Amino acid sequence: MYMDMVGRQQTTLPTGNGVNNVRKNIGVKISKFLLMKGLRMLTLLFAICLISFLLIKNSPIDPIQAYVGADMIKVSPEQREKIAEYWGLDQPVMVQFFSWLSALLSGDLGTSMIFRRPVSEIIGERFWNSLVLMLTAWILSGVIGFVMGVVSAMKKDTWIDRIIKWYCYTLASTPTFWMGLLMLIVFAVWLGWFPIGLGVPTGVLAEDVTLADRLQHLILPAMTLSILGVANVALHTRQKLIDVLASDYVLFARARGERGFLLFWRHGLRNVALPAITLQFAAFSELFGGAVLAEQVFSYPGLGQATVEAGLRGDVPLLLGLVLFSTIFVFAGNLIADMIYYVVDPRTRESRTI
Amino acid sequence: MSILVVENLSISFNQYTESLKQKNVNVISSLNVTLEEGEILAVVGASGSGKSLLAHAILGILPNNANISGTISYDGEILTAARQASLRGTEIALIPQSVNYLDPLMRVGNQVRNSVKVGDAVAAQRKVFERLRLKSGVENMYPFQLSGGMARRTLLSTAIVSGAKVIIADEPTPGLDPVVIKEALENFREFADNGCAVMLITHDIESALTIADKIAVFYAGTTVEIAPVENFNGDGEALRHPYSKALWRALPQNEFIPIPGSQPRPNNLPSGCLFAPRCPIATLECELAQPEMRELRNGRVRCIHAT
Repeated sequence: MYMDMVGRQQTTLPTGNGVNNVRKNIGVKISKFLLMKGLRMLTLLFAICLISFLLIKNSPIDPIQAYVGADMIKVSPEQREKIAEYWGLDQPVMVQFFSWLSALLSGDLGTSMIFRRPVSEIIGERFWNSLVLMLTAWILSGVIGFVMGVVSAMKKDTWIDRIIKWYCYTLASTPTFWMGLLMLIVFAVWLGWFPIGLGVPTGVLAEDVTLADRLQHLILPAMTLSILGVANVALHTRQKLIDVLASDYVLFARARGERGFLLFWRHGLRNVALPAITLQFAAFSELFGGAVLAEQVFSYPGLGQATVEAGLRGDVPLLLGLVLFSTIFVFAGNLIADMIYYVVDPRTRESRTI
Repeated sequence: MSILVVENLSISFNQYTESLKQKNVNVISSLNVTLEEGEILAVVGASGSGKSLLAHAILGILPNNANISGTISYDGEILTAARQASLRGTEIALIPQSVNYLDPLMRVGNQVRNSVKVGDAVAAQRKVFERLRLKSGVENMYPFQLSGGMARRTLLSTAIVSGAKVIIADEPTPGLDPVVIKEALENFREFADNGCAVMLITHDIESALTIADKIAVFYAGTTVEIAPVENFNGDGEALRHPYSKALWRALPQNEFIPIPGSQPRPNNLPSGCLFAPRCPIATLECELAQPEMRELRNGRVRCIHAT
């Protein structure tokens, strides 16, 4: 029996060959993982394409009217039919779908009816504006929320914990647009510190817009999104750290004389950071949703505002393009979250069959 | 010389019951134990008799809603909360029961090094791993990669490197195979032979008897008897308390006869002797007040009828 135990120990030692094998295993595992995720991504995109196409097709939006606009009265029924025929609108629904899909696969997202420019160009341009906004809000809310959660859990049941909890519960139930309006009233209208909306100053040539101008327009929407974003991370981190502090290993660490910041640094941080990072990446979808509302309130020219415009004015190609793009964006966030968990957590990274 | 003396220790918890009323639940009442240098004291008793709480009370790591009364003295001086905080991990070390007590995301070598209070931590950790026959690769492993025996030895290393004089081992044997148990017990004997005081908390009486010097028997949060190990012999006639005798007789290798009833719950303790409701020799007098701990035949007992 004892010999058996010793034998088992030797096979688990990560020395020499063992390490290489483990590395190779990790490589194989990760490529398999990525392959599976890629397949899932493709099926998801196909499903999203089909569903959104059918939804648009059955919506009251008339593509011809949306294209022609106010001049519709001047278009005779015959002309109308000709346009429909030219666009293939007289074909069966599935034929229309696949012709749209094949155009999509060759990289042609169509032309936006509002902007009269290729959809891919508009998304590319708007994405950078949104990315700056979302990234700022994402990093700020992640870091501030994490710190708040940690402080709250370490000082559980004290006044500071109560204030943070109250703040988080209040914010978690605050709609983004309302918060945006409040920020506008206080900081733009009353105090006049920041401009009221838009991404750049009005009446200035595009080439004269400075980085400082852009930053000044970015601050309010980014603040709005950050202030709202902290609640989620803070409350999750707080609960997780409370669980960690009540765990057997923290009890044992305390029995060995560790306490206060040292205890948190050695045992709290690493056990709490992993779920917090995962949560923050997985919150990409909420970030996107929040950005749609915040951009609308601040008239900030990002993806969110374009989505609302496209929806309200029946710009089908742009709307479909945005749906696909946001799917990819949210999927990427979740994928990164999964990968971080996979690579950072030693329990999945170094697990091997004994 | 007595290094650690626990006198009349009582622990209760504030708990919220229905309609937010606070209730004080007594889990340990008038508990007495003494640890001597160079000796192993085995603390035995059924689950829920307060064994682990005693360990946590000595280390001062009870939850915040615990109320403690009575005294614990270390090296002749009363243990205050501040003194407990400075002695934890330096003079008094805990050996917990399972791998769950190791940080799942930290390499075990580092966890052992964190316990080193003076000198070169890395060297101390490597030395103790070598002594306990843990291969050099083990220090880079995470707790989930350890086998039961390796986890046991890692936990033991944390106590060895700390250089503590009092070792409290909380249930160190369950779930291990006999070879590992024997090895663990031998390590405790070695601690004691080197001058440490060891408190071995266990419900494995059989293993405890093989290495302990004294046995403290717990019942419903109090010590009913402290007896030298030789008294656990024959059909238990040398034992003092009726519960210790019953416990001894209930072991499979002895008569294997259980006594009727069960240990009273902390919120429903009898007013007099805690064992009286199940005691074969209980009299009216037993129900009046809890008996004091008294010296008897080179041991201590909490029973007015014991001879």
